[in-house]
Amino acid sequence: MAHGAGGKATRRLVEGLFVPLLYGPQPAADGDLLSDAARVAVGDTSVAITTDSFVVTPLVFPGGSIGELAVNGTVNDLAVSGAVPVALVTTFVLEAGLPSEVLVAEVQAMARAARAAGVAIVGGDTKVVEHGKTDRLYITTTGIGRPMAGLSLGARSVRVGDKIVLSGPIGDHGITILLARGELDLEARLSSDTRSVLPLVEALAGAAAPGIRWMRDPTRGGVATSLNELALDSGLAIHLFEEAIPVRDEVRGACELLGLDPLHIANEGQFLAVLAPDVADQALEALRAAPGGSEAVIVGEVREEPAAAVLVTTRYGGSRIVDMLVGDPLPRIC
Amino acid sequence: MRFVDEFRDPDVIARTSDEIRRLADPGRHYRLMEVCGGHTHAIYRFGLKDVLPENIELIHGPGCPVCVLPMGRIDDGLALARQPLVTFTAFGDMMRVPGAHGSPLEHKAKGLDVRIVYSPTDALKLARANPDRHVMFFAIGFETTAPSTALTLMRAKAEGVENFSVFCKHVTKIPAIRAILDSPDMRLDGFIGPGHVSTVIGCRPYEWIARDEKKPIVVSGFEPLDLLQSIVMLLRQLKEGRSVVENQYKRVVPWEGNRAALVAMAEVFDLRPYFEWRGLGFISQSALQLREGYARWDAERVFSVAGVRVTDPKAAQCGEVLKGVLKPHQCKLFGKECTPEHPVGALMVSSEGSCAAYYNYEHRKAAAPAKVLTPA
Repeated sequence: MAHGAGGKATRRLVEGLFVPLLYGPQPAADGDLLSDAARVAVGDTSVAITTDSFVVTPLVFPGGSIGELAVNGTVNDLAVSGAVPVALVTTFVLEAGLPSEVLVAEVQAMARAARAAGVAIVGGDTKVVEHGKTDRLYITTTGIGRPMAGLSLGARSVRVGDKIVLSGPIGDHGITILLARGELDLEARLSSDTRSVLPLVEALAGAAAPGIRWMRDPTRGGVATSLNELALDSGLAIHLFEEAIPVRDEVRGACELLGLDPLHIANEGQFLAVLAPDVADQALEALRAAPGGSEAVIVGEVREEPAAAVLVTTRYGGSRIVDMLVGDPLPRIC
Repeated sequence: MRFVDEFRDPDVIARTSDEIRRLADPGRHYRLMEVCGGHTHAIYRFGLKDVLPENIELIHGPGCPVCVLPMGRIDDGLALARQPLVTFTAFGDMMRVPGAHGSPLEHKAKGLDVRIVYSPTDALKLARANPDRHVMFFAIGFETTAPSTALTLMRAKAEGVENFSVFCKHVTKIPAIRAILDSPDMRLDGFIGPGHVSTVIGCRPYEWIARDEKKPIVVSGFEPLDLLQSIVMLLRQLKEGRSVVENQYKRVVPWEGNRAALVAMAEVFDLRPYFEWRGLGFISQSALQLREGYARWDAERVFSVAGVRVTDPKAAQCGEVLKGVLKPHQCKLFGKECTPEHPVGALMVSSEGSCAAYYNYEHRKAAAPAKVLTPA
């Protein structure tokens, strides 16, 4: 299970098995091999392509559902790779006996999300498996996008002194799902942050395209895992200012109670961007002026030491290393 | 957020840190032990070493309930999970702890019914909902978690739930502290007393530490300011040559403890004559077992338990780290064979284990310049 949790084990699986066997030993020609979307040349142009599967339980949760997530997840992977989504294709794996109204509701949710993101769903495939061979409904979406002009993203572009921008509060999605499973006697007025981040990415690109070095949407494994990937890929240090990281009280409270770190909790509607210091202020202003971007904030900066690590510092002077997630976050007892 | 933010206030923390520097005799090296895993976790998570003078050394005691369990007990519990129709339940902390043949999560991946619960009452709920299965709860923890196990068993008995049992591996705090103090290679100046355990047992059970052993002990909360204030209180006692029990965590810990919890524990548990602790060896009267009246719900009696003794991997120095004799990174396996991904010892698994806390929060920090950053 840890291999699917988005942290260290996932990275090891991808780097150790999938990349060597499927991609070959040669390094990526440009950009990062393990970014959210790949670039392929089609004739004279370059196209961004990505794919993602959605297996969330429960299917419907406060703020969203699997269908909406399936569209926004792929739209966001394209957006943070610096591409405008053009079209999606989708695959449904249905468990025999799934009530048709559940499927109808999720397809409607997909249609709504696709319209909102301005992307067309142009094809798909459906498989039905025996009852008990799957958990109700899995959706896979594959998307292609058109690269935005003037953007050149990648961990290798990141420099000491760059600023790290976060688009809004973290942990809403992961904690919402944890609570929606009903295994904890905890309730909170909280909903998933699932949304398309494309408008925000476009606002940022419009204000500071050449100064944007790297972007990522911190889904499974949270902000800590995304930034650790950046630290490893760049060999640089990511310093985060703990008090600057926006976390809603409901998420903080749940994390304090359960012994979890909000930095490890999944998000579905936020993104991280590394910006050149000279454009950071104007870029942040543009992001904040865009609808849904008012809570964007600079949460840290890139330094030299400690190399290839993420360090969180507090205003009172304490500091700690934040590692990638190992497996799923498990609550502590005392 | 109330009860959190005021205990992380930078100005108050700076003042308290200054006071610690004023009180600490620069010519003296202070060794203070925290005997609660929650404190170990908090010390690393909040980076408290960064705000303490160098001559104050925090020694991590045997406070992580997962870590003090010998590997054989994990194997015993997992052997029960392999029995037909048994559902194995445990807290999240237990799930990655390696047994000789894999962790509970690895057993789950092989298809055994292994589930994380957040409280023993959830395990009882599971038993009620699945009458065709036997739900076993692997109970671990100090006096912090023992009362909820006791109350769950009382409820199971009252309701006559027959397909439920508890594999009781609860341990008690005081004998562990005594074992530490009896250890010849341990020189300590004082104790940061456990916060959660004391909400149950109160402060009186520590009086012998102050009176007979002449060591000051301050029961502490878990926020940065709680821990720093407790260190101030310990330094004051040391400076004045006093040794008494003090309670810094008054907002939560009553001096006399929680009577209702103690009554429930007394109803359900009695002391085992002896119990083996990882790193500390056999300690008499240091663990709890179910009383005769609860034999029907005692997994050790419902099933036959092998009681296997598994020696820790030779090169691992968990015992020395558990006793505070070695720092986590001084163990030969630390960060090499033994990492949170591939833990050899339990100290590397639980986030309260000092090795995991050190690895996650401190390891690799050495290269970082020690300076205070301010948000842009």
